[in-house]
Amino acid sequence: MKEPITPHAIRKLILEQSHRARVGHIGSALSIADIIAVLFGEALHLPGIQDPQRDRFVLSKGHAALALYAALHLKGIINRAHIQSHCTDGTLLGVHAEHQVPGIEFSTGSLGHGLAYGAGIALAARMSGAPFRAFVLLSDAECNEGSVWESIMFAAHHKLSNLIAIVDNNGQQAFGKTKDILDLSPIGDKWRAFGWDLREVDGHSLPELRRAFKEIDTKSGKPHVIVANTVSGKGVSFMEGKVEWHYLPLTDELYASAMKEIESAK
Amino acid sequence: MRKAFIKTLIEIARSDPRVMLMTADLGFMVLEDFQRAYPERFFNVGVAEANMIGLATGLASCGYLPFTYSIATFATLRPYEQIRNGPVLHHLPVRIVGTGGGFEYGHAGPTHAALEDLAITRIQPGLTVIAPADHLQAATAIRATYDLPGPIYYRIGKNEDYTVPGLEGRFSLGRLNLVREGKDVLILSIGSITAEAFAAVESLSADAIAATMGVVSSIRPAPFDDLCELLPKFRLAVTVEEHYTEGGLGSLVAEVAAGCGSGCRVLRLGARTLCTPKLGSMSYMRDASGLSRDRIAASVREALQDIG
Repeated sequence: MKEPITPHAIRKLILEQSHRARVGHIGSALSIADIIAVLFGEALHLPGIQDPQRDRFVLSKGHAALALYAALHLKGIINRAHIQSHCTDGTLLGVHAEHQVPGIEFSTGSLGHGLAYGAGIALAARMSGAPFRAFVLLSDAECNEGSVWESIMFAAHHKLSNLIAIVDNNGQQAFGKTKDILDLSPIGDKWRAFGWDLREVDGHSLPELRRAFKEIDTKSGKPHVIVANTVSGKGVSFMEGKVEWHYLPLTDELYASAMKEIESAK
Repeated sequence: MRKAFIKTLIEIARSDPRVMLMTADLGFMVLEDFQRAYPERFFNVGVAEANMIGLATGLASCGYLPFTYSIATFATLRPYEQIRNGPVLHHLPVRIVGTGGGFEYGHAGPTHAALEDLAITRIQPGLTVIAPADHLQAATAIRATYDLPGPIYYRIGKNEDYTVPGLEGRFSLGRLNLVREGKDVLILSIGSITAEAFAAVESLSADAIAATMGVVSSIRPAPFDDLCELLPKFRLAVTVEEHYTEGGLGSLVAEVAAGCGSGCRVLRLGARTLCTPKLGSMSYMRDASGLSRDRIAASVREALQDIG
């Protein structure tokens, strides 16, 4: 079943499924709901999940897989029964993104792997003269991983302008605030200093996200990074910016309250 | 073997446009011919092995056959998680080439001595692991396997001209190759150290000890059937590898010997420790680990006496 891929619909599915399955990572998934909505709603060229000319999307922050499952469901790639199987025994839809799921290109969950894979895709497209692009969504704390910077250097040196990284800059990581744990700010300047074309946007503003993706010039001679400033748990006030919602599952009471807030914000 | 590797790769690349070569800034005076022949398919990614495996995984997912090249330690240990979560998990045709297994980098010391690469690669599901014994076998093995669907690790030795007598470049995936037959003891070796093992077999033969010698170059898929057939015929099998005695060929043979109820004793010769404060040439380091021809022969004689 195809439905409009709206942030609202994605957030509802994230809450519904995480509540049913009693699993966490809700804050991380809500953080990227708007980015995912714009990507799967319009920015990605996806004529078919096996089409060789499709844009490749890699969710490098694999722990936010629920947002991706939601988009794949709304796009009609995975059905209702499929998404209902999330985190049940024998499912393909686990906590982290897994390539056995239709529409998921690359298994993630261990941070720091997605950008190199995306750079390889971008290089393959260029070598074969194909028009497809590679989009990689990373978390800000994922940039703690040294391997990310290896890929950043390679992509700039080889002018992979068909590679687009999006950094979900929610300022939060597993133990607290990124500024307290390993401060990366100003993160956009760091990418730019390494030779990337930088755009900084409000990661919850659809017009800003749309404009940023539209402006991507695959002939620019530079890889592109969109630093999306976000709030973890966005849309559910008691979760926003709270580290515990990296882990906690929803009780029935909190689920009802979160859904009410999401519905009223529609 | 490195020259045989690059010569073979250049030949394959001529007819197969999917073949690419990437290096993490190693292979000076080895890889240049490929770079000259196919500049658009050659990438020096810089000193960044983790990124190299990630790139190769992405390229392989789009139909390319990327060969990644570095010294065996850096080729496998540094990007191990990338290998596991990339080409292994996604079953993609990335080819990891590690040069100079064991003590082949001599004085370069412990950071350059790959003594666990076979152990960590052979436990990964679907990862083919090949360690040729000489340059002729390296060429055959690469030709025979380069376009298999899943990932491959090749351990390519530094010895260039030596050939194992009787091997004649034979290679079959999942099989071992016999180069000598005798009734007293079974000797199995892998990789460059086969030169020493073969010399030991000849010296034993001068003492009227007749050995059967098998060269195992396909350690995964392992030559289960060949081993199950051979092992029950002997009271003693001796494995020779330039690798820790845990996890590599010795472990494989012990697993099979026990698993098929052969009753054969297995003596594992190999590196026992890296914590030696003394460095030396390849020959010195091999001898210090009991892997010179004389020490291999002595170990075999002693073990045969022990079992009576």
